Amino acid sequence: MTKTGINRDYSHTPAVDQVGVEERCARFATRSIKKETKVQGLKLILNMIDLTTLEGKDTEGKVKQMCYKATHLHDILPGLPNTAAVCVYPSMVKIAKEALKNTSVKVASVATAFPSGQSTREIKIADTKFAVDHGADEIDMVISRGEFLKGNYNFVLDEIATIKEACGKARLKVIFETGELSTLDNVRRASEIAIDAGADFIKTSTGKISPAATMPVTLVMLEAIRDHYYKTGVMIGMKPAGGISTAKAALHYLVMVKETLGTAWLSNEWFRFGASSLANDVLMQLMKEATGVYQSSDYFSKD
Amino acid sequence: MAKKTTPQLDFNSSWNYAPAPEDTKHINLKKQYELFIDGKFVKPAKGKYFETINPANEEVLAKVAEADETDVNKAVKAARNAYNNVWSKMPAAERGKYIYRIARLMQERAREFAVIETLDGGKPIRESRDIDVPLAANHFFYYAGWADKLAYAFPNRKPQALGVAGQIIPWNFPLLMAAWKIAPALACGNTVVLKPAETTPLTALKLAEIIQESGLPNGVVNIVTGAGKTGAAIVNHPDIDKIAFTGSTDVGKIIQKSIAGTNKKLTLELGGKAAHIIFEDAPIDQAVEGIVNGIFFNQGHVCCAGSRLFVQEGVADMVIRKLKDRLETLIVGDPLDKNTDIGAINSKGQLETIHKYLKIGKEEGADMYQSNCSIPKKGYFCRPTLFLNTSQSHRIVQEEIFGPVLTIQTFRTVEEVIEKANNIPYGLSAGVWTDKGSKIFNLTTKLRAGVVWANTYNKFDPTSPFGGYKESGFGREGGMHGLSAYLKF
Repeated sequence: MTKTGINRDYSHTPAVDQVGVEERCARFATRSIKKETKVQGLKLILNMIDLTTLEGKDTEGKVKQMCYKATHLHDILPGLPNTAAVCVYPSMVKIAKEALKNTSVKVASVATAFPSGQSTREIKIADTKFAVDHGADEIDMVISRGEFLKGNYNFVLDEIATIKEACGKARLKVIFETGELSTLDNVRRASEIAIDAGADFIKTSTGKISPAATMPVTLVMLEAIRDHYYKTGVMIGMKPAGGISTAKAALHYLVMVKETLGTAWLSNEWFRFGASSLANDVLMQLMKEATGVYQSSDYFSKD
Repeated sequence: MAKKTTPQLDFNSSWNYAPAPEDTKHINLKKQYELFIDGKFVKPAKGKYFETINPANEEVLAKVAEADETDVNKAVKAARNAYNNVWSKMPAAERGKYIYRIARLMQERAREFAVIETLDGGKPIRESRDIDVPLAANHFFYYAGWADKLAYAFPNRKPQALGVAGQIIPWNFPLLMAAWKIAPALACGNTVVLKPAETTPLTALKLAEIIQESGLPNGVVNIVTGAGKTGAAIVNHPDIDKIAFTGSTDVGKIIQKSIAGTNKKLTLELGGKAAHIIFEDAPIDQAVEGIVNGIFFNQGHVCCAGSRLFVQEGVADMVIRKLKDRLETLIVGDPLDKNTDIGAINSKGQLETIHKYLKIGKEEGADMYQSNCSIPKKGYFCRPTLFLNTSQSHRIVQEEIFGPVLTIQTFRTVEEVIEKANNIPYGLSAGVWTDKGSKIFNLTTKLRAGVVWANTYNKFDPTSPFGGYKESGFGREGGMHGLSAYLKF
């Protein structure tokens, strides 16, 4: 008996045509975004960022610095929002939580033997609970890609449902690592499984594998979210992560969300960017809009 | 049981795109255009001119000469003279060089062509810039390559030029249709008298300018402007060897009658009412894009538009729902704006025709659905329109509307949809969406249509032949097939 009580056949999920998906994505990139539209979009992007550090060399000091940045993106420019969250390893959750108390910024923690997910169910549950106990508001789990590619879809379904239970009140983001799934059909299949298993968000990548987030992959996931919404009225969030480092690319993603899911998803409640270097490029663009000139990257703090 | 409310997506965002109208300062438009005969711009014999307007704001763009029989006769004489004395004697490789030169000049002035095409015809700049102009240049490039290889295209058949070709083109793809006609004719060694449509003559006249610039021998290409009477003068001229016409089926029939009993060769590319078939195993989200591209491309002014949608019953509700949501994100408006998805209807007359059909559809009892987008007050615009609950016997299903109007029927079996798809006097194109390859091949062999697209729609390439069955015409344009329309063996 699986956790969800479901044993579904995921071998036939809705078909995806890669050529069509790529053509549609190219169209998103041709919408004109400048001046006021651009400033509005860029601020929205900042407010959707999960500011991320996921490195072996992370220290308390580094995490504290990043948390400060999350709430003070570029103080010289008034009217900037905070980022949506910071995203760290479980061992850093306590530090981040402390640094961000009395702010709106959430603390997200990766878990489940991130990034490979190559561990036992018990360890993954313990990993998740550790992060939640230390105050994580959100958990970013990875799926077992090996099991998925073996066709063991109900294993993946069960795994996600188990972690969802371990999350308690924390919102669960499910990372597919689409760069390892190879086809858009698989991306669609993983989306169906994660949504059925109770994911609050679906997320493209860990950022450790290339390619990470791409527009076609994100579109396929948004379409799965749309189909679920049509069927149930339940909203699921989306988080492309890794590989989106320029403001321009991020704006194209916003266009995609706007034209695929509409207004309701244009907030950090339902859409996030997992990124570390994106924020500074957005800030550079905002300063350019404010002052009329581009400034050196030395004017923008790295952490 | 509580009433289930359907979850609705809301596309009325407060975050809207910035207007991005293409600059028109860089284009060079004269106030008055003359006829292009024997390499020179000459005034019409009777001195009559007509106005061509911008359908997006109803403003006059230029005055254009109206050619009568005297002018057409002059043009045909120039073409005959050029054929006898220059073009037919020139080595084929030399002919090819001129065609390449025209292609390159067109690429160099692509921006100007795109803007003028949009101003004169109302199509969105996104399409004229990304599709019409590059494709037109590609047609010249492609056929330039064939000029000295005709013997290899038709081995042991001794291909020879026909002589003078009279070519009459429509208003929906003015420059592209000129390229489809002129490029293969020249490559095969013919000379040309071409008449663009009266509502969209400007890009053909700009083409005349670059032809002049290219140094093409005088009289090889002649461009005469005017309406139906000018066209009739070409069709009925005794010294023309070949008529190539793209336009309505009605006019095509008149042309066929009037050249009956003459030696003129004929190719006709006429109307269409394409079946666009969505099976339940199709990639639905991409199919919806295909439907949108199939019917709303160029405001539906496309002879191969996928205007009859057939959706398998099991997915009909989902497809229609997604289609309606997609309609909300289509932007109708200023054709020069880069954000515009659907531009202006080409002319007042065409807008009236579309409105007439909307009225007929409602009277026939079909359910009309239009998107909620705003449309400009001035100019000729029509919201993207769906007709639901239509049946095969509705006039809106049987007749070509040539506008952004899609009729939707459901079907249950493969046999049924093939029968319905073929149950129409037209046979230009069709589209099939399914994840199953065998189903595609089964349908492509049974659909009576010149072009069948599978899991895509409205894809064009110079290497691919295009043309119809039944009342959609005969003869093929594009590819090697397009050569044989301008050759005798």
